[in-house]
Amino acid sequence: MHEMSLCEGILQVMQTEAQKQGFSQVKNVWLEIGDLAGVEVDAMLFSFDAVTRNSLADGAKLNIINIPGTAWCMQCGKNVPVTERFDACPECGSYQLQVTGGDEMRIKELEVE
Amino acid sequence: MHEHDHDHKHDHSHDHGHSHAHDHGHADDHTHNHDHHHYGQGPARAHAPGMSQSRMVQIEQDILGKNNEYAQHNRSRFIQQGILTLNLVSSPGSGKTTLLTRTLNDLKSEFPLAVIEGDQETSNDAERIRETGAPAIQINTGKGCHLDAHQVGHAVDHLDPAERSVLFIENVGNLVCPAAFDLGEAHKVAILSITEGEDKPIKYPDMFHAADLLLLNKIDLLPHLDFNVEQCIEYARRVNPGIQVLQLSATTGEGMDNWYQWIQLARQSRLIGFESKPAISAVKESA
Repeated sequence: MHEMSLCEGILQVMQTEAQKQGFSQVKNVWLEIGDLAGVEVDAMLFSFDAVTRNSLADGAKLNIINIPGTAWCMQCGKNVPVTERFDACPECGSYQLQVTGGDEMRIKELEVE
Repeated sequence: MHEHDHDHKHDHSHDHGHSHAHDHGHADDHTHNHDHHHYGQGPARAHAPGMSQSRMVQIEQDILGKNNEYAQHNRSRFIQQGILTLNLVSSPGSGKTTLLTRTLNDLKSEFPLAVIEGDQETSNDAERIRETGAPAIQINTGKGCHLDAHQVGHAVDHLDPAERSVLFIENVGNLVCPAAFDLGEAHKVAILSITEGEDKPIKYPDMFHAADLLLLNKIDLLPHLDFNVEQCIEYARRVNPGIQVLQLSATTGEGMDNWYQWIQLARQSRLIGFESKPAISAVKESA
């Protein structure tokens, strides 16, 4: 799994922002993680603690905002919820779906001081 | 600068066999991180003990934003030099190295080839690849589960592939993590051998979704196995309706021509409108 690398990416962004926005400690981190992003939340929480130890985010709390998966069905032209990339359309059973949401992996905001 | 003891675990392993002075070129990542208390820098300038000056900072950035920037840089470079880059992804044991070695041998007289070798199991494999005569560089990923665009950028600097060449990146044998990391390639090519399960495309949907081409390898073993080719292709199309599938055997050579034709067409497409800049040596000669 790549949760460790993702957490390293988050740390890099926080360090860059710390310089730009003049803060030295991060207390809370809010991430938006889509259902289809392939991220294991437990692994993410574990890796985050390990990666941020002795950094500006040591002890910071990681909050994960879940974004549900959505797709547009080419067959019936509707926006439908999906939980996996290979889900069939719940309306018509087609697999011709275009994912429209739920693959996000974004850092939304930080509480800093 | 005394930035030595900071505890970043950057996962870009540089091939330090080379004597390049590497300063971890992320301009602003490393300073100030160990100053845990910047007294006097806070906006409120109120430092009475127990008084918090916490505030919210909007970030709104993709977690992989940094990787994507490096990938974009790699991609521009490949386009400028007319290089077709293929990112080969698979599980361990799919026969990726055999496929690559055979491809290199069969295509080396057609156009320039180069290889970035990222698979961690493969000091032997790198040897096999070098024996083909193609310029190759190995990225030591250590325990890393994927290549990232920063590592690849460095490898490309060292390897310096020829203009109009085809560059193969052999990614770490893993169908999960490499899906998320854009390296700047033109196409991801997934290799699946029929000794694996036919349901791999729906077990690892992200990878098969990200790939443009699926090579179904080891089809010479079909008579001995209970593998449903049609079912496998159907699963692959569920996660990626546009994926192209070629069946081949890198051992017997069956179906390899289709793969070579695919590479040739992808390369031609990359070279549409491409004009090479005059080589430095040619300029010198005419001067």
